[in-house]
Amino acid sequence: MENNTAAKYNMREFLAFTGAKLLEDGKSVFVGTGLPMIAGMLAQKTHAPHLLIIFEAGGVGPILPELPISVGQATTCYRGIAATSMHDVMSACQAGYIDYGFLGGAQVDMYGNINTTCIGDHAKPKTRLPGSGGANDIASFAHKTVIIAGGQSKRTFVSKVDFLTTPGYLSGPGAREKAGLPGNTGPYRVITQLALYGFDDKTRGMKLISLHPGVSLEEVKDNSGFDIIIPEKYSVSPAPSDRELEILRKDIDPTGMLIGK
Amino acid sequence: MEVLHEGLGELVGWHDPDENREFVLHNKSRALKDKTMTASEAVASFVKNGDFIASGGFGHIRVSMNIIYEIIRQRKRNLTMAGKTAVHDLDLLVGNGCVNKVEVAYSFGHEVRGLSPASRRMVESGRCKVIGEISNAGYQWRFLAGMMGLPFIPSRNLLGTDTGKYSACKVVTDPFSGKPINLIPAAYPDVAFIHVHRCDIYGNCQIDGIMVEDFELARCARKLIITTEEIIDNEEIRREPWHTAIPFYVVDGVVEQPFGSHPCELHGKYFFDEEHIAEWLSLSKTDEGVQAYAEKYIFGVNDFPDYLELCGGIRKMEFLVKREAMRVPLVTPWRK
Repeated sequence: MENNTAAKYNMREFLAFTGAKLLEDGKSVFVGTGLPMIAGMLAQKTHAPHLLIIFEAGGVGPILPELPISVGQATTCYRGIAATSMHDVMSACQAGYIDYGFLGGAQVDMYGNINTTCIGDHAKPKTRLPGSGGANDIASFAHKTVIIAGGQSKRTFVSKVDFLTTPGYLSGPGAREKAGLPGNTGPYRVITQLALYGFDDKTRGMKLISLHPGVSLEEVKDNSGFDIIIPEKYSVSPAPSDRELEILRKDIDPTGMLIGK
Repeated sequence: MEVLHEGLGELVGWHDPDENREFVLHNKSRALKDKTMTASEAVASFVKNGDFIASGGFGHIRVSMNIIYEIIRQRKRNLTMAGKTAVHDLDLLVGNGCVNKVEVAYSFGHEVRGLSPASRRMVESGRCKVIGEISNAGYQWRFLAGMMGLPFIPSRNLLGTDTGKYSACKVVTDPFSGKPINLIPAAYPDVAFIHVHRCDIYGNCQIDGIMVEDFELARCARKLIITTEEIIDNEEIRREPWHTAIPFYVVDGVVEQPFGSHPCELHGKYFFDEEHIAEWLSLSKTDEGVQAYAEKYIFGVNDFPDYLELCGGIRKMEFLVKREAMRVPLVTPWRK
């Protein structure tokens, strides 16, 4: 993707844009740290001005004035409707008020299970990562969970995650319900630098929706440790307009802390 | 109730609710008395080696950093810490050898700023042990169960995952719905420290902005140190009692310290000191760097006001106040 389009936008801008497109006006989204915050903010500044953005530390319904560094800082309730508590927003999430949960992921498997805890053995990890944070909660409770996993490769798209931090469809159809997770929840979309994916209704396996401009089907297959379901029909992901790129660069992330420079 | 799964995580900070009621009866005074003291006195009186500790706020937000630095200065050891989105506080305490056990919801990272070199190194080299995993809501609900005086609280997160498997939770069959339900054990930290915008000498506190989980944490902690930007008159509390976030009877000590959360943010008051955080992230890449930081900013100064001077004093604090009000642009010196 970089080769064909590097002149116009970078990968992280594309991820943020693709994430923003999934969010609808008049719905609620629970955003995690990093790119999900940019996606929510871009949606709010373009097609979804009344998107209800909720942060796990207690910020509810802000009109974000600048990109937060933390999901708890004051801007997460700037001109918002409430500055409340984690108990309040997580309870709302558990009770069913959250349409979209928006997460990042280090390792993802075919069922959309996410690992953000450790690489290698839990007792003696090769790399210790931060852990669940609010991700396990958001993916357990939100009606639809969107995952942004920037660097799709055989190392990050794995047949089995080293540690199942955050639930996708667990071991397949019916597994979430059997475990006791709320009904009609689960991963909805996965966005990588190569493509946009959904999940097959029957098998719950990850399924291609659209290839990003300039990406081949071979690239998608070569950069996965499991078989992605390829339907007969798939499309090409839309690219951001000049105006959307300008909003991303000038209004949302002028220092380039998340989208780079 | 049928127990379906039992988590492998170590159960820390749990007490039988009757035992905790006894503790409250004999140790938490309902008398209105002046609790003001210095940070040094508060840590010496209330933090013991081996304690299970919890820090208020969230990540780099409204953290009682003056108590964190004082714990390091007094060289407390073998502490277990609640990793309830514990970020800068935990990183410093683990890096400096004060905390060697963590129950993790979110730790060893600095959100957008990247991972924590110091505490990750301590975990990956086996010098700090992760005794259990949990999620942010999970940790928060440990405190909720504690504040309610209950042994556990049911929840629908953590189910079906390794986070649940490595937690101290148990999964049972819900006798009402018949579905599996997760039981989160109560937590009663030995000591918690929470930074607030203002409180009176008795410990009645007001907090602006988000509460995060401090409403619950304040009420379940066995000992509670409040640090505050300013002490206000009890009359101000009584004029607007609906603004009281934490009542005096759960508070054990009150420490007045303006800018007491630096380099963390305080909603509506001052922004993160990104330059200082970047210095820590850079220095903490090696054990020697962690030591150099501690020598300069903790052992090399007498107290928190001296530390603030070293960090740039009034000029820096004025800048952080302006940044919080978005009157000056954001700087991100930790960005690669």
